Amino acid sequence: MLNNYNGLAQPFWQNGPAPGQFYHFTGGQQQIQNLPRELTTAGPYGTQRNTARITTGSSVLGIRFDGGVMIAADTMVSYGSLSRYQSIDRVFKINEKILLGGGDDFADIQSIKRTIDQKMIADQCRADEIEMKPTELAMWLTRVLYNRRTRMNPLFIDVVVGGVNAEGKPFLGNVDLRGRFYEDFVVATGFARHLAIPLVRESKPAGREFTAEEASNLIRKCMEVLYYRDTRNTSKYTVGVCTPSGSVVEGPYKVDENWSFASTIKGY
Amino acid sequence: MFRNQYDSDVTVWSPQGRLHQVEYAMEAVKLGTTTVGLKNRSIAVLVALSKPTSEVSVSQRKVIPIDDHLGISIAGITADARVLSRYLRSECLNYKHTYESTYPVSRLITNLGNKMQTTTQRYDRRPYGVGLLVAGYDEKGPHIYQVMPSANFYDCKAYSIGSRSQSARTYLESNLASFADSSNDEIIAHGIVAIKRSLPTDENQGKENAAQYDITVAIVGKGQPFKILSKEEMKKYEELASKKILPAPSPADDDDQPRPSGSGEQPDEGPRDPQVAVATEERR
Repeated sequence: MLNNYNGLAQPFWQNGPAPGQFYHFTGGQQQIQNLPRELTTAGPYGTQRNTARITTGSSVLGIRFDGGVMIAADTMVSYGSLSRYQSIDRVFKINEKILLGGGDDFADIQSIKRTIDQKMIADQCRADEIEMKPTELAMWLTRVLYNRRTRMNPLFIDVVVGGVNAEGKPFLGNVDLRGRFYEDFVVATGFARHLAIPLVRESKPAGREFTAEEASNLIRKCMEVLYYRDTRNTSKYTVGVCTPSGSVVEGPYKVDENWSFASTIKGY
Repeated sequence: MFRNQYDSDVTVWSPQGRLHQVEYAMEAVKLGTTTVGLKNRSIAVLVALSKPTSEVSVSQRKVIPIDDHLGISIAGITADARVLSRYLRSECLNYKHTYESTYPVSRLITNLGNKMQTTTQRYDRRPYGVGLLVAGYDEKGPHIYQVMPSANFYDCKAYSIGSRSQSARTYLESNLASFADSSNDEIIAHGIVAIKRSLPTDENQGKENAAQYDITVAIVGKGQPFKILSKEEMKKYEELASKKILPAPSPADDDDQPRPSGSGEQPDEGPRDPQVAVATEERR
């Protein structure tokens, strides 16, 4: 199959469907399949791929509560240690049942977001009232991300996927750049993984889920802690809320800053 | 040999606006043994009749499991059905691998319809000579789909295809209103009664003769993966069905001739356009 793409030999068979594909009646020529870049012939500088993140978002925090999920992220996108973009939403509404919070390389987040949006449009074009569920998106992401890492060309992203499933059951999970996945009542990326997860876990009531109010209070508290303690963070943040009645991204909210204690700190 | 001069190729229209090759393929469905599909609010049921080709052989499989949430029963050319079931299986498996959930039935059948339609529009292909009844369960509840060689498909409340299926369909039509609220046991019994209506009249009456026909029942529903019932499980439903059996239908009802359509058409005009004889699900 590969010699179809080497640009020298003409393919033996054109204008027909590949095995298992549908016939393109009006297409005329079959579209040249876009092979992944690392499988095409090398350019003058060899095959190129991403090896590091460039513009990054830091924390995303997701909390599951009894009637849905909340996902919060501050609006900072950094370029190294530079606060390059200070007002960018990193929590996305995917559809009425799914929220996505994107951490790590923001270009890769935008790229995967575009692909996901296209899938949602394909969903809507069916007009059959069937929407993708958060578990399905999370599983699809693990397959895509694991596939990319296996080809030594990973997407440098760390995402929080949340929402409600068909029976109205809340779902919250994390997928990272290697395609690893886990599900919990609190998941986070970036610095929130170190600072926010312990805070949320220690206030988890035994034997029941958080209520919406408890979750929103915890988000407010955690975003404040993150603003004070994480240098790649800004005081503005957006919060996505997904319940069986739909999903919204609210904000931006502002952390209630108080620097009066600063004068007491000496030695810097 | 030919019915007329416009049927040599699937891509050739007759002046009446028909594609005769496609209609011949629809006739192939009527050569297969009967199969019935019906559903209540929680499960979809397939009932199939099969007859061994000789006394020393077992009958062909009529019901093909596709995935945990979906299965088909067939009438027509078995080999074509195997090709289609292989396609359905690989689609379901791909979907399951990618999303770890089951393929929504309406989408799967739409894709199958697209695949089947291409064969009716290319000179180098022929339509699939098999009709399918698809039973599936997804987030929208249980489904019965009828798929025809013409690549038409219908979301049905109940349906029956195959030889002498009109009798079964008549039974389904007259009991349609009670299906939705039936219990699971009842709906299976209804299916068995319906299929017994399609037995040839002599075999319907001569009980020991009817024994050479095998009835296969498969169910799928909420919390119930697609399952073909075993002989032991079948006993209970056979008994339930025998209590339901009403007087055998009149022979006039017992043929596959197209039903009169009421318009002033010539009686000997050849095959008619397909008619949906049982109420289909309304599209919202």
